Amino acid sequence: MSTLLDVKDLRTRFKIPEGTVHAVNGVSFHLDLGETLAVVGESGCGKSVTMLSVLRLIAIPPGEIASGSADFKGVNLFKLSDVEMEKVRGKQISMVFQEPMTSLNPVLTVGRQITESLQVHMGMDKKQAYHRAIELLEMVGIADPKNRLGDYPHQFSGGMRQRVMIAIALACDPDLLIADEPTTALDVTIQAQIVELVIRLREKVGMSMIWITHDLGVVAGLADRVVVMYAGYIVEEADVFELYSNPRHPYTLALLEALPRSDRRREQTRLKSIPGAPPNLLVEPRGCPFAPRCTLAGQDCWEANPVLSPIAPGHQVACWREEAR
Amino acid sequence: MDTNMATSAPQQSNSLDELLAPPLTLSQLFWRRFRRHKMALFGVVTMILLFLYSIFGAFIFTESYANYNDTSIRLQPPSAEHPFGTDTIGRDILARTVYGGQISLLIGITAAFIETFLGVLIGALAGYYGGVLDSILMRLTETMLCVPQLFLLIVMAKFFGGKIPSIDFLGRTFSGSVIVIIGIIGITSWMYVARITRAEFLSLKENEFVLAARAIGTPRSQIIFKHILPNSIAPIIVSATLAVAGAITTEAYISFLGLGVQPPTATWGNMLEGAYNYIETAPWLWIFPGILIVLTVLSINFLGDGLRDALDPRSRAA
Repeated sequence: MSTLLDVKDLRTRFKIPEGTVHAVNGVSFHLDLGETLAVVGESGCGKSVTMLSVLRLIAIPPGEIASGSADFKGVNLFKLSDVEMEKVRGKQISMVFQEPMTSLNPVLTVGRQITESLQVHMGMDKKQAYHRAIELLEMVGIADPKNRLGDYPHQFSGGMRQRVMIAIALACDPDLLIADEPTTALDVTIQAQIVELVIRLREKVGMSMIWITHDLGVVAGLADRVVVMYAGYIVEEADVFELYSNPRHPYTLALLEALPRSDRRREQTRLKSIPGAPPNLLVEPRGCPFAPRCTLAGQDCWEANPVLSPIAPGHQVACWREEAR
Repeated sequence: MDTNMATSAPQQSNSLDELLAPPLTLSQLFWRRFRRHKMALFGVVTMILLFLYSIFGAFIFTESYANYNDTSIRLQPPSAEHPFGTDTIGRDILARTVYGGQISLLIGITAAFIETFLGVLIGALAGYYGGVLDSILMRLTETMLCVPQLFLLIVMAKFFGGKIPSIDFLGRTFSGSVIVIIGIIGITSWMYVARITRAEFLSLKENEFVLAARAIGTPRSQIIFKHILPNSIAPIIVSATLAVAGAITTEAYISFLGLGVQPPTATWGNMLEGAYNYIETAPWLWIFPGILIVLTVLSINFLGDGLRDALDPRSRAA
């Protein structure tokens, strides 16, 4: 399989009055054509910032991409001009955000918002774009698309708006869809519908996907490969089956234990939380960033940060305990 | 609607009504709130009447009649032949208020347009881009605000006055001073609009829909003018409306000082110019143009007030 996106040693920082926030610290990952990669981790661990950096959507200043490269189809996105980058966004890489309630412009009709990128990227005229918009709304399962094009976002429910967002993102048949916790703000039944919709569309359009989430439950049915992030580092990367059957990083283990499971007996189903909170990103940690919350941490964990190293084909972990094993 | 219910619990029946009704479009919501504002409705009606007055009055009196002077009938009080009386050189005041109204309203609207255009452009760029551009544009705005507007107006009016020749347009001759006044008012009063627009942009650009629009590759100019600007249109419309009133009063006072639009072209402002020597002896000289200015400014302000209430997103629950 050929590689679609190859991110190497990405470092993103934010300079704020209190100091420098080390949001992403040397993240490398790749995505093959047609593959779905899940990026997992709790809030504030750099998942979104990583993807926003790849699309160059972080605000500069205060943000800054300090180093790294992001090769998309062999072209380093960080080397493109702003105008060239605008042509990549939406046409080749699209992104769907977490909050469907605020991601649509409240004063523009849904139709305007869908046809916009069609006119910008595909050079369609108003009429062509209008017909394509109807097709798209139909594709994401919105009833009576012809009449709904003239409606404003406030006339749609949360789940419907997320469907519209997906329609907008897929308008120009992008090669890659980045979904940033697209189901988090929705209730469970709608979540399931959206996940189902995305799986169906992924097959239909034949695109690759990066799915950012903190919900390992959603990942299982969706992703081919999983990257676990913590404090701006990738701490584990594995095939989805491998990760669930053989999680190696203590953080991954803790995340899985915090997940409700239907195959366990009642007394075993008490969910475990991870003690403590994610580290303050204003200070660059010297040791392993997870050490303060880790049950296995020893002296060495506090002294140096372990690097991501392979332990099995396609399975990498950054943990000193793993090396000792 | 059930009248009993409406009288006993108007609040409740109203919300019930709203629940059952299909969702209102933005313009329906706007109209619903606007028409409750009785003063604003008064403003709209008065403005329409004033426009009709100065447009259709021109079919009754010709411009040459308005500018025709006959010193033998100077300073005549209102009579059947001259309902508003005659001025210091015997021109008919009624006819002059008609033509003066055209010029005053023209100046008010075009100057407000220039002012709003400049203000929105400067405010939008400063607010959206931020950083160095913002600093430069905002310092410029503050500098302009520091200089008293009257002083600027007088200096610029003296400087440009008479340099622009009269122009013929629609078969009529407009004094070059009209253009000068429009330009001067436009470029000395955009600062408040710029500040309002900038403040709106500063908060709106942080919205997720802006990020979402950027994420699908929407070009910057479209994000600024098609995504953010429509969201900040409410305060801009309000200030543009009030700017019309502001421009009309500004024109009146520079014309009163003799630096504005030059006779024989009439404006409500320069009609007042010659009147101050006759405040007691010939009050009709200033009463009629004065009332027209007051009516215009008052109704525009009411209109602006009504627009502010109707467009304010914080008063969504109408």
